[in-house]
Amino acid sequence: MSDDPIVQMTGIRKDFTGVRALDGVDFTLRPGEIHAVMGENGAGKSTLIKVLTGVHAPDAGRIRLDGRPVGFHGPAAAQAAGISTVYQEVNLTDNLSVAENLFAGREPRRGPFIDFRAMRRKAKALLDDIGLDLNVAAPLSSYSIAMQQLVAIARAIDVEAKVLILDEPTSSLDRDEVEVLLGVMRRLAAQGTAMVFISHFLDQVYEICDRMTVLRNGRLVGEWATADLPENELIGHMLGREAAELEQIERTVAGHRVADEAPLASAAGLGRKGSIAPYDLDVHRGEVVGLAGLLGSGRTETVRLIAGADRADSGELRLDGAKASGHNPRTAAARGIAFCPENRKTEGLVGDLTVGENMILAMQAARGWARSVPAARRDRLVAEFIEKLDIRPADPDMPVKNLSGGNQQKVLLARWMLVEPRLLILDEPTRGIDVGAKADIQRLVAELSGEGMAVLFVSAELDEVTRLSDRIAVLRDRELIAVLESESERTVEHIVDTIVAGGRHE
Amino acid sequence: MSEAPATGGKRPNPYAKRLMWPVLVLAALIAVNIAVTGFDFIVPEVNDGRLGGAFVNILRRSAPLLLIALGMTLVIATKGIDLSVGAVYAIGAAIACQMIIGAEDQTATGLVLGAVALALAVTAAIGAWNGVMVAHFGVQPIVATLILMIAGRGIAQLVTGGQIPKVQDASPFTELGRGELLTVPVPIWIAALVLAALALLTRRTALGMLLESVGGNPEASRLAGIRAKGITVLVYLVCALCAGLAGLIGAANLGSADANNGGLWIELDAILAVVIGGTALLGGRFFLLGTTIGVVIIGTLEDTIINVGLSSQWQFTAKAIVVFIVALLQSPGFRAWVLKPFKRRPAPAPAEEAMSK
Amino acid sequence: MSTHQLTERPSRSMLFDGLARYIPIGATVALLLALYGGGVANYPKFDSPQVIAKLFIDNAPLLVIAVGMTFVILSGGIDLSVGSVMAFATMACAWLTVDAGISAPLAVALVLAFGTAWGLLIGAVIHYFDVQPFIATLVGLFLFRGLTLQISDTDVSMRDVEFFQWGMVHAVDVGEIRDGGFWLPNLSFVAFAVVIVAFTVLHYTRFGRGVYAVGGSESSALLMGLPVARTKIGVYAVSGFCAALAGVLAAFATKSANPLANVGAELDAIAAVVIGGTLLTGGAGFVLGTVAGVMVWGMLNTLIAFQGNLSSWWARIAMGVLLLAFILLQRVLARSGEKRRT
Repeated sequence: MSDDPIVQMTGIRKDFTGVRALDGVDFTLRPGEIHAVMGENGAGKSTLIKVLTGVHAPDAGRIRLDGRPVGFHGPAAAQAAGISTVYQEVNLTDNLSVAENLFAGREPRRGPFIDFRAMRRKAKALLDDIGLDLNVAAPLSSYSIAMQQLVAIARAIDVEAKVLILDEPTSSLDRDEVEVLLGVMRRLAAQGTAMVFISHFLDQVYEICDRMTVLRNGRLVGEWATADLPENELIGHMLGREAAELEQIERTVAGHRVADEAPLASAAGLGRKGSIAPYDLDVHRGEVVGLAGLLGSGRTETVRLIAGADRADSGELRLDGAKASGHNPRTAAARGIAFCPENRKTEGLVGDLTVGENMILAMQAARGWARSVPAARRDRLVAEFIEKLDIRPADPDMPVKNLSGGNQQKVLLARWMLVEPRLLILDEPTRGIDVGAKADIQRLVAELSGEGMAVLFVSAELDEVTRLSDRIAVLRDRELIAVLESESERTVEHIVDTIVAGGRHE
Repeated sequence: MSEAPATGGKRPNPYAKRLMWPVLVLAALIAVNIAVTGFDFIVPEVNDGRLGGAFVNILRRSAPLLLIALGMTLVIATKGIDLSVGAVYAIGAAIACQMIIGAEDQTATGLVLGAVALALAVTAAIGAWNGVMVAHFGVQPIVATLILMIAGRGIAQLVTGGQIPKVQDASPFTELGRGELLTVPVPIWIAALVLAALALLTRRTALGMLLESVGGNPEASRLAGIRAKGITVLVYLVCALCAGLAGLIGAANLGSADANNGGLWIELDAILAVVIGGTALLGGRFFLLGTTIGVVIIGTLEDTIINVGLSSQWQFTAKAIVVFIVALLQSPGFRAWVLKPFKRRPAPAPAEEAMSK
Repeated sequence: MSTHQLTERPSRSMLFDGLARYIPIGATVALLLALYGGGVANYPKFDSPQVIAKLFIDNAPLLVIAVGMTFVILSGGIDLSVGSVMAFATMACAWLTVDAGISAPLAVALVLAFGTAWGLLIGAVIHYFDVQPFIATLVGLFLFRGLTLQISDTDVSMRDVEFFQWGMVHAVDVGEIRDGGFWLPNLSFVAFAVVIVAFTVLHYTRFGRGVYAVGGSESSALLMGLPVARTKIGVYAVSGFCAALAGVLAAFATKSANPLANVGAELDAIAAVVIGGTLLTGGAGFVLGTVAGVMVWGMLNTLIAFQGNLSSWWARIAMGVLLLAFILLQRVLARSGEKRRT
């Protein structure tokens, strides 16, 4: 392994309208190494990769490839320079054949015409080489997503890449397929190819990577050799400690929940194939149940089933002891379940509508289009919640897309508080928002549960989960592995240990 | 975090802001006409107890287009499009005229009412079908409505047996297109009533907001518990109903239903009017008043071309230029490209501190 | 080195997925045969080979614009301007030769170059400014109808231009029609040539495969490093060229230019493409399917002509019904595909 870095990124900064995705990040990649980039959602991993591959231009900082400064105008240019990428979503066109996907844009030709026979032969050889036996003439769509992903990897390998970037390539692969992939990676590393590996499967990262770079909230936490960084320390770096000012939100946990009361909502064997293994979970009135786990552990998937956002294909959900059938977002709302989804922009708010309209949306949906919420009542409610949640600017007629992330989140919260739900589901409500808004939202959650509302709270930040929750459900690899009840168990350290241990007894 | 700035004076109403450009364009067009033909262009005159004059005639002739454009506005607000309106126009006209000429006494009021009701019922059913294709079968709107765009005129021909049915001038049906009420032409009344009705329907109920929500972000709307399917079907139904009504007015004005040429390309004019009026083709916010101004602009444009001494063939060319300009102005890519020479380099760090507040 | 060897055979249901591509075109061919069989059974003289030959005489211009439309639709776009561009091309031929006195071959070359240039321009607008194809090509629909009308709002005859006689000259004469023979003019062979070239380009060149890739997923194509801009602009250039060529063929066929010719031709072309098995969302379809789609349209018209007492609007209605059937069929196939994969 030579020590001259093949890729060196220094001081990379990238802003998206009002959000700083990367802030002064350094990244170094050496030939023949497999380098993991670790971090939670929104830590900046994908942005870093996209800056490297020319999808985004950095706002500051420089990139050197083989010691020479470079700046790519798009993926094609990066590819030509020897940087090849495999994305989490299979970025192939499944209407074409396997062979065509492998060679699209660089098909072997005879004169102006594609030599299909040579192409199929080369495709066959390429796939044989990495241990795949597929019918290369069949359309890609006739294979499973996992196979398609391996084909994408084969394509990336064949372009003689100096640098191969693998962005969550294993999330749809099963054990055998992962083995094939890791085998290919080891062989490429031995040949001197440098690889960037992004995965939320810690065991894979520990198995294959030489080095790790950890990001959090768009900033560099540090770079370690894998051997020097035990799993629990890694998780600590990824999930991090928060600013001190949040520590003041104290919550007296005891007393909210009436111990012997029947649960408000009770999931029994609720699950969805390929998304979350069947799980049992009870939520009582006045209690906050936190969901902790790493990215991709199934946190969101768990709550989406209860919210009716996805359809469960096993088990049942009981509300007040009665089976909830035909569960979808509308019936869930009618049953008193409110859901603030993880992605505010794409699943939560309607950007063009005003703050007031977004707030009133759930209430209006429940009433149907014919029975409009009277203007006076509407204005009063909107004004009340703008004040109560301290939404700024306090202008109900401002399009919601013009607000900052924290205020947008508050608008989404207000939408559901308006309908006075019995169970409030919050999926990462504090992600990507400023500290002040974060404190406001945490305080609000504590208040609401104090008033008797049940809350399901998903967060990537363990501090937040431990501070707010009465009970904590821990997830790993799309499975609910433990529910921590006692106060002594509800610590960051214990959760990390539970996650680490959960991976061991496979 | 500082206090939100005190509201020093009212922020301009977003609707008023959107309407500014279309209103200016319309004013410019009217000014050109006045310059060429004098103030008679804009001043209404009363002949035989009937409002007339160049501008009133423009409004009267624009009524069918306005009806269709209003329906189209709602469809476009849901991220959809309805290409079948021209064909539906022809079908509505054909059904009514055919029923009337088939009767013994074409002047019977009951007959005319029945014909109108039948035509509207059939067009509403067609609209519901379009809506079901889009909402329940998941067919893209452009594809779903293309079917009737292609077959619709054939169906209208089928109804009329390939003839052009001519309604007697004495039939009260023609009043729909040529009559007047309190000196104002009936088509203007109908268009104004439909405009008012749709404005009330969408802005007095929550329909407008829910439409904009569904068009603006379908997934967020689903998670908020909105019944998007029913709303979608309703919107296509209203759009086809408007098209049918437009067909009736058009046919009544001519006293006949031409299945081949009645309402030809009116879907494209309607889409153009909607876009001029400030409603984006990508769905979301819609502006019924903007669409109305867009329709009047198109109508005035046609007259302006004649008035400034160009041949009527220029109509198409002028429309093409308008479509081109509007499409480019709505394209963020184009705006960025044009503004690039004027834009300073992105300001360093402090600028976005302010943003995040 | 690697110890594992992973094998995955397309399972039976997955094999079906692969075959699903051929279901629409299979249905089209079956339909075509059924229409022909029905014609032969019901009408004397329907079995004359000239009935088939006539399909390629009357519909040669439609075939050419439908081929161009196939490129555009495969890439995920749509081109509404072809009918107007075609009428404009015919009118421009007439104007250049009759009024301006330019030699006919040069006039034809100019018209074809202009059609291609227009396609390039509108493709660039669609790609670089991200304008919806529907709207951008709507400009062409209005503009060229207007320009055509401005050149002349009445028919212009090209009967006196010697060059335009060439199109209808019999290229192939096999026996007398009475005795079961048939003939085909030169312009049919121009259309055939277009089909063959289009087929070769779509299936055997990088540009052609790029069209499928872009139609399958534009963002994937971009990330795979394919020349998306060139491909997207290219398909509109192809369509513009085909529309201009169709206009020239129409000039050959009728030897006159009608300013209101081909109104709605874009719809016929789109319908033929979809009935020929091309997915309106792009990425799947065949040029030969488009040929079959155009033949279905021609066959419907022929049947109606033989019946004698039916009007031509039945062809439009039948086309609409077929379109509906095919779109629903494609929906069903797409849904079953989605279900299997999740």
